[in-house]
Amino acid sequence: MECSVTHTLTGSELTLAVSGEIDHHNARQLRRKIDESLYYYRPKSVALDLSDVAFMDSSGLGLILGRFTLARELGGVLKIVDPSENVSKILDLAGTGRLIKIEKTALKGSTK
Amino acid sequence: MKTLKNEMTCRFSALSENESFARSLAVSFASGASPTITQLADIKCAVSEAVTNAIVHAYPDGGGTVTLSMKHYEGGLIVIAVKDNGIGIPDVTAAREPLYTTDTTGERSGMGFAIMESMMDKLAVRSKEGRGTTVTMKIKVGT
Repeated sequence: MECSVTHTLTGSELTLAVSGEIDHHNARQLRRKIDESLYYYRPKSVALDLSDVAFMDSSGLGLILGRFTLARELGGVLKIVDPSENVSKILDLAGTGRLIKIEKTALKGSTK
Repeated sequence: MKTLKNEMTCRFSALSENESFARSLAVSFASGASPTITQLADIKCAVSEAVTNAIVHAYPDGGGTVTLSMKHYEGGLIVIAVKDNGIGIPDVTAAREPLYTTDTTGERSGMGFAIMESMMDKLAVRSKEGRGTTVTMKIKVGT
């Protein structure tokens, strides 16, 4: 399954909505697209919306940690928004919440 | 010894585009054993981790193949083996430690084996330098 990312800028917050499956193969393409947006907008706040990610393995963890570091280097803060159930399991196993804020909004309940 | 109900073996090129193929194959095979949705998701993820490890690390000069074998035994036991004939893992104990990675770019989490271990009932890693690595996982599925 392919993976895609769309970006929306609202004020100083850049929302990056990822959909599809994040594995090692797809991560390379995703990394390039997300980094392009981060370098271009240099946002103060980055919301990585994972509500439409049907599958993610540890390659996704690497991708997220790398983007968290890059966003910080560019003067911003990255948070994860609405991870699906499968994604939450991986994030929890790695203790990601201790490093990165994970926000679950009322509107987008996790159903995956 | 439990009765073997079904088995399959598939060998494919060690290319990253085959990671999703391996996952789909594992899910299709395991579905025949009537797993829960969570068990199926765990098998999908564990296979993805093992296959990705082989693709990323086994053949630094390119080429090579990965073999995915699955067996379904009576009682719901599924045995999964992911085998490569690559360079092997010099220190399996270290490689299985959470956060261990040989990657220097900061783009790999080093959580692959930890995830496999947490999602499967049993995990065994057999590796010989210059000969390759076989990761064997067992999970009992069903309710």
